[in-house]
Amino acid sequence: MIKLKSDSSPLDKNDRHVPKHFSIILLAGFILLIVTVIASLVLGARVVSYQELMDGLSFQNVDSYGANVVQKRISRTVFGLCCGAALAISGVLMQTVTRNPLADPSILGVNTGAALFVVAGISFFQISTAGQYIWLALIGASITAVFVFGIGSMGRGGATPIKLVLAGAATSAALSSLVTAIMIPNLYAMDQFRFWQVGSVGSGSWQSIIIFIPFLIVGIMIAFISAPALNALALGDDVATGLGVRPGLLRAFAIGAGVILCGVTTALAGPIGFIGLLATHSMRLLVGSDLRFLIPLSALAGAIILTFSDVAGRLIGSPGELEVGIITAFIGAPILILLAKKSKVRSL
Amino acid sequence: MRHHTSEVGFIVKGRRQRRRRWLIVTSLLIVLLFILCCAMLLLGNTIYPVEVIIRSLMGEEIAGANFAVNTIRLPRMVTGLFAGFAFGVAGYIFQTMLRNPLANPNILGITSGSSVAAVFCITVLHSSNTVVSIAAIIGGLITVTVMYLLSRSQSFSIGRLIIIGIGMQAMLDAVISYLIIKSSQQDIAGALRWLSGSLNGSKMSDVIPLIIITAILTPIIIAFGKQLSMLELGDQMAMSLGVSIDKTRVILIVSSVFLISIATATTGPIAFVSFLAGPIANRLVAASAQNILPAGLVGANLVLLADLVGQFAFEYRFPVGVITGLLGAPYLIYLLIRMNQKGEL
Repeated sequence: MIKLKSDSSPLDKNDRHVPKHFSIILLAGFILLIVTVIASLVLGARVVSYQELMDGLSFQNVDSYGANVVQKRISRTVFGLCCGAALAISGVLMQTVTRNPLADPSILGVNTGAALFVVAGISFFQISTAGQYIWLALIGASITAVFVFGIGSMGRGGATPIKLVLAGAATSAALSSLVTAIMIPNLYAMDQFRFWQVGSVGSGSWQSIIIFIPFLIVGIMIAFISAPALNALALGDDVATGLGVRPGLLRAFAIGAGVILCGVTTALAGPIGFIGLLATHSMRLLVGSDLRFLIPLSALAGAIILTFSDVAGRLIGSPGELEVGIITAFIGAPILILLAKKSKVRSL
Repeated sequence: MRHHTSEVGFIVKGRRQRRRRWLIVTSLLIVLLFILCCAMLLLGNTIYPVEVIIRSLMGEEIAGANFAVNTIRLPRMVTGLFAGFAFGVAGYIFQTMLRNPLANPNILGITSGSSVAAVFCITVLHSSNTVVSIAAIIGGLITVTVMYLLSRSQSFSIGRLIIIGIGMQAMLDAVISYLIIKSSQQDIAGALRWLSGSLNGSKMSDVIPLIIITAILTPIIIAFGKQLSMLELGDQMAMSLGVSIDKTRVILIVSSVFLISIATATTGPIAFVSFLAGPIANRLVAASAQNILPAGLVGANLVLLADLVGQFAFEYRFPVGVITGLLGAPYLIYLLIRMNQKGEL
């Protein structure tokens, strides 16, 4: 088994202490989460009153317009939280396994791969239910991940960050020209699928949340279970093997979970970029790189950032809305630039 | 070191051979370009006889043909020709100066910088063509300056530059999406070309700035191109050969940014032309720094060919940017694989 019992690991005995201020950060995170959720329910093209908010939340007076708006926003908010958490965890797992600080589903092109398969399914095979999208997106995401890692790890030095990022960007460019080529002839019929080019949580319904939950739980479970073993892996393959970890199997598991999480998110919300970078690196600054703490905090941060971006998109884009993928790209890309600036030439 | 007269003779012979190959390739590219230009004028919903097209171009009034040829096909052809040439030359300069085929204005985000400025002028300010062109150039120059400042502080690394470029591009594309969404419905059709370049709806009046800038800058770039080949030898060597490195670099980069920005302002970002033209020209002639003209011709050929394919090869008409994207992206991946295998990254 890849699992390491955390209480029997010698690693944990040395490193048992919880990061400084962990509980304060966690508490602050939850408060921020609640504030963001309330903002997401109240703000938008139409700002609802306190009374309407309460009606909507308690399922009273559901015929009133305001309460109805709130109820629509509840599913949207929950959906956004799920997407954010999933993308953040996916980012942590990919960064850890590839030892690449720049890894993020969008930068590695995995999102675009998922989007291409779904768009192809819609246009060529008349696929129309979210349940079917998911499987296509998962296949697309997996194939793209394997392809990008394959190209990125060719040649001397294995998969260096620069090689992976370039492989991802090139693959992403190739796949998005295909997406455009498939979509243009069907532009009018596929107007509702415009979100395949820029991710949006506007389509989030209870139905899609229900489809999402099992995948999310599986992904989170794998992430949490493998966290201690991945910590050991960070010390090097030899040390990890000595501690009873099987590096190959562990990597496959963790990458698999990462691909599932971002593939499903892309299937339901379209490609949303940079959440993995934003959430992970901000939290790493606060709590360090112990995955047992980094994973839950990143998930929390991802959920907050994505929901917050969605609210911002609704306010900036009012009376329409600006898709959340646009906002996350705008606030997330500077992190990529910063990371590129900070890292040493050798490590690129 | 041995100095045989036969060796000197070999070098002279080699240079003469390269020169001949350059001439042959350039002439062939011009012939092909001429054929493609004719095809652009000839093909369409109605195929007019050659004689009618010539008479129409000479200014004779022929019902139907006048509109189709003079108002639709001719501007489309001229736009594609000059934009392709500009993309090709500018891309080639970037690739040669940074000594990396991946370092082209597309990947470095310069095209996106020009697009942002142009889209802002069109959708928000409703500016005239001249203003749009100037704004696109300023947008491109600002992007280059920011890229330079961001990558300056540490020891230079092409990988870092490219990653910063990818980040800049993501941000700028987000701004473009925002501007398009905020623009009114009737601007959308025009604004959509900023997502993938298109020659649809080209007007003669729109191409004039592009033609003027290309005509002025191409001779300048070719003149400084001689020094570019010395820059290729490395800064030290170039300096000892008497090349003023910084001046040459600045002139070449600024001219290229002018070209790429003005072309982007006219057609939108036609994907991968600036990336493909240089390597194809180098492959056809032989890699040296004298391939500026061939690179421009390859660019023009690519755009016209892709536009013909996009218009007539499928049931549906694809904008030229989609076709060049489909052509260019696999080549990008191929190039990446080869560079990885050689350990060049």
